[in-house]
Amino acid sequence: MSDIRQFQTHPEVEIATESPLAYSRQRSGAPAITVSSQVMLRERPFQGHLTLRGGAIVLDEALRHVLGLSLPSQPHGLNHDDSGERSVQWLAPDEWLLIVPGGEEFSLETRLRDALGDAHVSIVDVSGGQTVIDIEGEMAHAVLMKFTHYDVDPTVFPVGKGVTTGFAKTSAILRRSSASRWELVVRRSFADYLYRWLLDAGEEYGIGVER
Amino acid sequence: MFHIYCPYCEEYREEEEFHPKGQAHLSRPEDPDDCSDEAWGDYLFFRDNPRGIHHEMWVHAQGCRKFFNITRHTVTYEILETYKMGEQPTITAETNTARPAATASSADDRAATEVKGAQGVQA
Repeated sequence: MSDIRQFQTHPEVEIATESPLAYSRQRSGAPAITVSSQVMLRERPFQGHLTLRGGAIVLDEALRHVLGLSLPSQPHGLNHDDSGERSVQWLAPDEWLLIVPGGEEFSLETRLRDALGDAHVSIVDVSGGQTVIDIEGEMAHAVLMKFTHYDVDPTVFPVGKGVTTGFAKTSAILRRSSASRWELVVRRSFADYLYRWLLDAGEEYGIGVER
Repeated sequence: MFHIYCPYCEEYREEEEFHPKGQAHLSRPEDPDDCSDEAWGDYLFFRDNPRGIHHEMWVHAQGCRKFFNITRHTVTYEILETYKMGEQPTITAETNTARPAATASSADDRAATEVKGAQGVQA
């Protein structure tokens, strides 16, 4: 049992919450998906994001025990559970990003801390600081090429890889969860900027936003 | 633009993602309260500025955010190797002059003569 204090970020009473892109959708609009759309955007807000730092072996054991999910052992690894809703990604040799459905993160953190005991690790809830944007469609990689100097050609960026890299003059986490879907994990404060950039870059491919 | 190999990400990344952080392998005096002002001043303020092989610390700022070391040639800007923190370089000014295939052999020769000259001054 750990003696670290935790903070439940979800209030007990119902209050209105807005996604990091709520303002952008209102201000910049959200073009509809049409038959000619070759790129589609979808925000998946309000998920639980936990940053895990520490030794790979202890964290791997705890995560297997609690979630049945193993830490990616190789750089840029990205593992999903069977349902595909929970994922853990390599960010650095001692740092991983765990994304779970919203509302699960607090109990998960508690269970992880119990499993970890006194191990020298850090678990930080960063759910409020970032959001996930899915990019799908046949021309998704062509849009991404305008953003980043990283090679996003589908033949060299395999499914199950995730990188942190320079992205439209800021940085973002870019990952490929399936053959057709790319995911962007962006900071909340850059979400509006990147959303507008995405709309602009995808205009020629008839970009549409799923509502 | 350079492609720099990050030893932690284990792949080449664009130069934009990195920042140089100065000379590598500086060791802090073990007992700062009990070392000479000169030794402390050297540690704090004085850095090597060689013509030729230089070991530098860099950070992969937009990637894994880890510090690592680069052995770089300050004349040709050639990056000869990158290695993790705590490791020792395999290429140094001494070993590189013996290396036949250096692209900057003339620069190395110049560096070598200057080292000799410096020793002459000291003597």
